[in-house]
Order: sequence, then C-alpha cells, then structure tokens
Amino acid sequence: MTTLQPPAAAEPRPAPPPAKRDRRSWTGWGFIGPFVAVFALVFLAPIVYSVYLSLYRNQLIGGNTFVGLDNYTQALKDDQFWASLGRVSLFLCVQVPIMLGIALLVALALDSGRLYGKSFFRISIFLPYAVPAVVATLMWGFMYGNQFGLVGDLNDALGTSLPDPLSADWVLASIGNIVTWEFMGYNMLIFYSALRVIPSSLYEAAEIDGAGQVRVITAIKLPAIRGALVIATIFSIIGSFQLFNEPSILRNLAKNTITTDYTPNFYTYALSFNGQQHNYSAAVAIIMGLITMVIAYVVQLRGMRKGA
Amino acid sequence: MTSPASTASRPPRTAAGASGSAPRLRTSRKKHTPGRPRRSVLLTLLTGLVLIYTLIPLAWLLISATKTQEGMASSFGLWFGGGHFALWDNIKETFTYDDGVFTRWLLNTLMYVVIGAGGATFLAVLGGYALAKFKFPGRNAVFAVVIGAVAVPGTALAVPTFLMFSKMGLTNTPWAVIIPSLISPFGLYLMWVFATEAIPTELLEAARMDGAGEMRTFFTISLPLLAPGIVTVLLFTTVATWNNYFLPLIMLKDPDWYPLTLGLNAWNAQAATAGGQPVFNLVITGSVLTILPLIAAFLLLQKYWQSGLAAGSVKE
Repeated sequence: MTTLQPPAAAEPRPAPPPAKRDRRSWTGWGFIGPFVAVFALVFLAPIVYSVYLSLYRNQLIGGNTFVGLDNYTQALKDDQFWASLGRVSLFLCVQVPIMLGIALLVALALDSGRLYGKSFFRISIFLPYAVPAVVATLMWGFMYGNQFGLVGDLNDALGTSLPDPLSADWVLASIGNIVTWEFMGYNMLIFYSALRVIPSSLYEAAEIDGAGQVRVITAIKLPAIRGALVIATIFSIIGSFQLFNEPSILRNLAKNTITTDYTPNFYTYALSFNGQQHNYSAAVAIIMGLITMVIAYVVQLRGMRKGA
Repeated sequence: MTSPASTASRPPRTAAGASGSAPRLRTSRKKHTPGRPRRSVLLTLLTGLVLIYTLIPLAWLLISATKTQEGMASSFGLWFGGGHFALWDNIKETFTYDDGVFTRWLLNTLMYVVIGAGGATFLAVLGGYALAKFKFPGRNAVFAVVIGAVAVPGTALAVPTFLMFSKMGLTNTPWAVIIPSLISPFGLYLMWVFATEAIPTELLEAARMDGAGEMRTFFTISLPLLAPGIVTVLLFTTVATWNNYFLPLIMLKDPDWYPLTLGLNAWNAQAATAGGQPVFNLVITGSVLTILPLIAAFLLLQKYWQSGLAAGSVKE
C-alpha cells in the first residue's frame, strides 16, 4: 500500500522563467504528471507485463521457462478461441448496426424538432445507460427466464409460442438485445450532441436551395456528424469484442448454452482464474487486443476518408 | 460544482470560436428555424416505440419490487398484483438480510465512487487543462499514447493487472478497485476539448502578468470556467465506477469489499447453489435501490452534462 500515494498533485511548481514568456516549458507537466504516473501504472505496466507473460510458460517440471511465441501459435490453432471470436464477430455484424441505426434514427427525429415532448424522449431513452450491466442483465434474465418471465406471460396471455430466449439458438440474440438496450440511448446522445453543433449557416443555405428534409439529412447532417458516427462505431466494436458481463451473468440461467469460452474475454478469464493458465491467457488477450486495434484503426481510416 | 448556472449552457467563446469557423454550441440553433417545423404525430409515435422498449424493463423492475417472490411467480410481470404490496417489506429485508450486508456493499460502492471517480475526474481535469493550455515537452506523445490506449481492450489488461496487484499485495483490498478507476481516457479527452473552448488564453496571460502563480490561476480562474465539463466527467466516471463489475470481480474475493454490482450477482447466484435460499425479491429491490441514485443524478444534472457533451462533440 505504500506505492499508493498519488503522485503529489500539489508539488511545488518550478518558478517560470521570469522574463521570457516561452510557454513551451515544463509547467504543463505539473498538471498532467499525476495522470501520466497513474496511467503508466494501470495501463502501460500491465501491457508490458502481459507481453512478458505471454512469452513464458509455467510448467510443473522446469518452472517458468521462456517459450518464445509458442503460446501465440497455440492460440492460433485453438478451436475454442476461434469459435468465441466467430461468435463475437457475428454479434458485432448484427447487433452494432441495429443499435447504431436505431440510435441514429432517434437522434435525427429529436433533432428534427418535429417531436412532441422532445426532452422527455431524450432523457428517457438515455436512462438505461445509468443502469449497471449487472442489473440490466439480471432484469432481462428474469424476463427471459421461465420462472417470472415475461416471455412466458406473453405466451400464456396471447396463446403464442415465442421461442425460449435462453435456448442455444436464441441466446446470442438475447444478449444482443440486452446490449442494445443498455447502449442505444448513449449512442443516441452522442449523435444528438453532434447534430446540435452543426452550424446554422449550413441549414440556411439548404433552405435557400429548397432542399427537403431527406436531402438535408443526407447532404448536411450525416456528413457533419461523421466523426461521431466513426467514434461510436469504434467504441461499439471494442465493446463487442470485450463482451463479458452479460454472458457471464446470464450464465446462471443458461449453464449449458453459455459456456465459459463463449466470448474471447470470457475465455481468457476462465483460462486465468479457473485454469491458472496465466501465460496462455495473456497471449490470447494480446491477440484479441491486436485484432481489436487493427479493426478499430481500419474503421477509423475508412470512416474518415469517405468524406475527404 | 458551485459554478454559476450561466456557464452551463454558454461556455465563453474563445477567439477562435468567435471567428465563425468553429461550430457553435447549443444556443445557436434557434435562429435557423424561422418557421418552426410542424410537429409530427407519426414521428412521435414511432419514436414512442423506442421509448416503450427502453422503459418496459424498468417498469417491470419497479413493479416487481412491489411483489413477494410468490407474487412474482404468480402474477403478470407488467402489472401489480400477486398478493400484498410488498415494496416496504422488500426494502426493509434488503437492508437487513444477512446482517445488513447490502448496506456494507452500498458503502463500499460509495467509497469506490468518491475516491475512484472523484480522483479520476481530478486527474482528468488537471491533465486536460495541461493539454489544452500548455505546450510542454512530450505533449504530443502523451496525447497519442492516451488516445491509443482507449483502443486497448480492458480485457487484455485485466489479467496482468491482477497478477501485478497480487504481487504488490493489493488484491482483495479496496485499492485494487480504486487505482485502475483513477484513469479515464475519455474524461481526459473531454476535459482537453472543453478547456480549449472554455478558457480564453488571454485570461491566463493576464493572470500571469499580474503575477499569479500557476496553481492560483488554475484554482481561481480556470476551475470555475471548467465547471460544466467537470460535472460531465464526474458523472460519467461515477457511472463507470458505480456500475463496474469486471474489475471488482477479478480483484475481490471477500464479500465484505464487494460493491453493489457484485453483491447483487452473488445474491442472484445464491438460488442456484446447493441449499441456497432464493432471494429474487431482494435481488430486484436491491437493483432498484442501486440504479435510483444514478438516475436521479442524471436527471438533476441534465443541464450540465448535456452542455458538457455538446462541447465534447465539437472537436471529434
């Protein structure tokens, strides 16, 4: 615990060079220093440590030995890893477009000024963001489940036979629904905030040109919020690849359909904490990290280039 | 958060902002709609569908919190019924069950939020201010590394952080949850954008000319101007800390240090263990009690965080 003292935020500031007002001085470090110090401890050090771990293997005989890239080659041949990656990729391709699409439509609807009760809509649709993933998953899990489930209630009431949301065929969609519910409002707000800051001169020009609503959206609004769209997409990709909370909590209700290698994140967690395979787990996590970063980077390049 | 309300929706413009090249903030839009667009019933109804989707689970949660476990199983989920109105009993039982462990979890969560989210906000404000208003050696490198780090999946960090902390003897202590919470790259980014916009550089120059030290300038001049941004970052780091699940899950073994999220999940899982007593009414009531403070905070501070977000989206 002795390592904990926050790097003195109020350290005495070196006297600024008196006469010359050269702003390129070390003064700024007094302000950013604390952030950088903690950042190094909780971001950089673990990354370095992780790389180190991934190059070793801990065996009963021989102890901790350097194995080079063995853990990586093992991971690349690991069917469980690829299956989990396939699952989150499918999730990504279906859930993210749906979530962002609805979020964008709602943001455009709010921004159009044609809604009754606009601020009520805005704040209410955003609310799920304030709900912890645990609560959201427990809540939806109860509603999915056959014990108190709303799905069962609906089937009873309407005489329908909706499929069991926790069955093997549907559970990924059910997880997608929970994630959509949690983050749609947040993304909507990001889009809406970006729409609000479009300079009004652009609209005036469009009005003079007699452009219709649809034209205004495609020619002005969407290009203007491209940055927000790209950022939201990137965060959603990262979120999908990191999927853990929802499946791991939902697993209480669906032990057989949600296995501990259901998502890459779940898999590394299980490897580490159930299997004590810290080294191999680190390699899998690094591969996932690299894949995520590459895809995020590609999306950013493509997203930013389109308009240029 | 003692800022004058006026700064909330109207961050002072910098010279660059006034030149017209920079996008305006929220207030400027009223002008462009001389004839206000017609309200549309159809569009309202369509958006209403999304609203229903959003609110139904919350309604279900609130309604279920008024029922006993038997009532939950026997009555329709979206309406009251199933015996007597058990909300007060449920709340009482939530706080007293298992020697009041829920209270302990609530206090833990509060501690993680106050130190973790408060500290994260403090560091982000200082750092964002530095990036916005100082040129210092390594500034670009700092910025690049921090922004790059946003793309690093938290997972990749979780296991090594756990092993590191375990060597330092920090696992299973509150510090294991608090220290990683202290960094919010998003908060740093938002404060950077916000400080660039909200603090006129000339004002800082003037203060320096008058001989005010950097610390004094920061606390007396810059901090009040940053208030809406600070509220925004504080709110979002609070949500992140309050709702954190993965980090405490790997770091904590001892239920005495659990935050609410882990505690609720433990109660929920209890029914599945051999001989465990199902306490779903407590899980549900506890969930309601867990989300109420955050929802209240978002509703009460709307004006601040919405303007903070609007400013944040200027630079994307």
